[in-house]
Amino acid sequence: MAVIESTVLIDGDAAGPALVLDSPISFWGGVDPRTGSITQALHPQNGVVIGGAILVVPAFIGSSSSSAVMLELLHAGLAPAGIITGARDAILCLGILVADEMNWPTIPVVECEISVFKTGQHTAIHKDGRVVLE
Amino acid sequence: MNPTVNLTQSERALHNGELGAAKACAMRIVVRSAELLGARRLIDVVSSHIDGCLYHGDSGVFFLEHLVTLGGEVAIPSTLNIGAVDTQNPGIIRADIRAQTMARRLMTAHTALGCEPTWTCAPYQTGHRPALGEQIAWGESNAVVFANSVLGARTNRYGDLLDICMAIVGKAPYYGLHTDTARRATIRVDCSELSASLTSIAAFYPVLGAWLGRSLGEDVAVIDGLPESIPEDSLKALGAGAAATGSVGLFHIAGVTPEAPDVATACQNRVPDESILVTPAMIRATRDMLDTAASDDFDCVALGSPHFSKVECGEFEKILNGRRAQKPVYICTSRAVFDALKESGRADALQSQGVIFVVDTCVIATPILPGDGGVMMTSSAKFAHYGKGNTGYDTIFATLSECVESAVSGKVQRQAALWQ
Repeated sequence: MAVIESTVLIDGDAAGPALVLDSPISFWGGVDPRTGSITQALHPQNGVVIGGAILVVPAFIGSSSSSAVMLELLHAGLAPAGIITGARDAILCLGILVADEMNWPTIPVVECEISVFKTGQHTAIHKDGRVVLE
Repeated sequence: MNPTVNLTQSERALHNGELGAAKACAMRIVVRSAELLGARRLIDVVSSHIDGCLYHGDSGVFFLEHLVTLGGEVAIPSTLNIGAVDTQNPGIIRADIRAQTMARRLMTAHTALGCEPTWTCAPYQTGHRPALGEQIAWGESNAVVFANSVLGARTNRYGDLLDICMAIVGKAPYYGLHTDTARRATIRVDCSELSASLTSIAAFYPVLGAWLGRSLGEDVAVIDGLPESIPEDSLKALGAGAAATGSVGLFHIAGVTPEAPDVATACQNRVPDESILVTPAMIRATRDMLDTAASDDFDCVALGSPHFSKVECGEFEKILNGRRAQKPVYICTSRAVFDALKESGRADALQSQGVIFVVDTCVIATPILPGDGGVMMTSSAKFAHYGKGNTGYDTIFATLSECVESAVSGKVQRQAALWQ
């Protein structure tokens, strides 16, 4: 078991299998809000469903409408369980802030070095920013 | 988390709910966003242009209606970007009835909050022009880059959900292009080797913009060596190309744009980090990337991204010169421009010559073009960039004159010599 300290961007507790993306992603035009699957052309994980996973992302790119896609995924119950990002992104977090105002479920987002994470490994994000790998 | 944003007494009152539940909700979102963006304080903004009125899904509609229910009202003049409904010709939209109903609810919620029903991506050409140095909170990437670069107003590239919250409180996080330092040009783009004939054609500017976006990402450039009088619609096309292919929020043109009387001023009297010489071959290569169609067959001409101005409509009419187009020509424009054309009888004349006006919306943001794909000719780098992904249509990028001649003859007409 390993414990990693992270910076909390949106707090909360979440656990699940890690899904590590090999390239940055744009939620707008890159994730289908009706299915939660990755549709970004040429993305190494194209076709993979992000719902329920602890999504580990090197960085977010693209349109400012990504916040709307994040909100749509949360409202539809298709969002990841939590997000660990290598580079902070206010646009994605904005979708979660709005979900919180609507009293819809939210997910934690933390920022840290992501090279230690492996797809499939059980990963838990804690409210205080500790990330625990089993 | 992180550095707390310092709020003034009146901002704390907004945050605490002393001015109503809607302002408190909007303020919580603005303040938390400011924290995530690394801003230490907020600034007052004098206008807003809101991009969030285009329907992406039900959740956004519910949030806007929530703000209406809480008694929300915008605190500053707020214009609206395109919606997913063509109110003058609703039958043109091919989305299902449910999506259209939700799209209309989203638009209604925005006007209920006091936003002006402008429904255009070029609000700056329908009378909404912030002044040099004014702090604003605008969305829609082409409007942002125009306001920053051509007008010298100050905004970051804002977007869905945050835009309406900033309009309700009249405040924005103070960071990025709101500040002096971030507006400094760090890259000098030297166009002095390009011929005067190349830099005099309107279609050069969207291509230069596409090159800028692909090459610079979000860096601020000062472009040197261009003519001193560049038509506003060319500056609009340059910015739209740069903002679509990259994340450009501001560019300067030495001797043209208001913060760049010369290169040194645009660089805030520091040496640029990099200087790039633009060659005719680089421009031709970028233009070629805007063509995705493999053959010379085409199905339609699509114009007006950003929305066609009065001047552009006039240029189109002049080239068409009363002839009838064999292929449909979609002209996307604002209701302000369309209504003026309608009043003078020019809209009817153009419609009888094969023009299909798309008003309040646009062919790449809303399902309008027939079939599951095809080929569009366009003079817009933004249409060329998004066309395939958003509509399934391949694109042929061409000058306005080439587009019109092709529509009239039914065959692609090109003048390769223009690009030498």
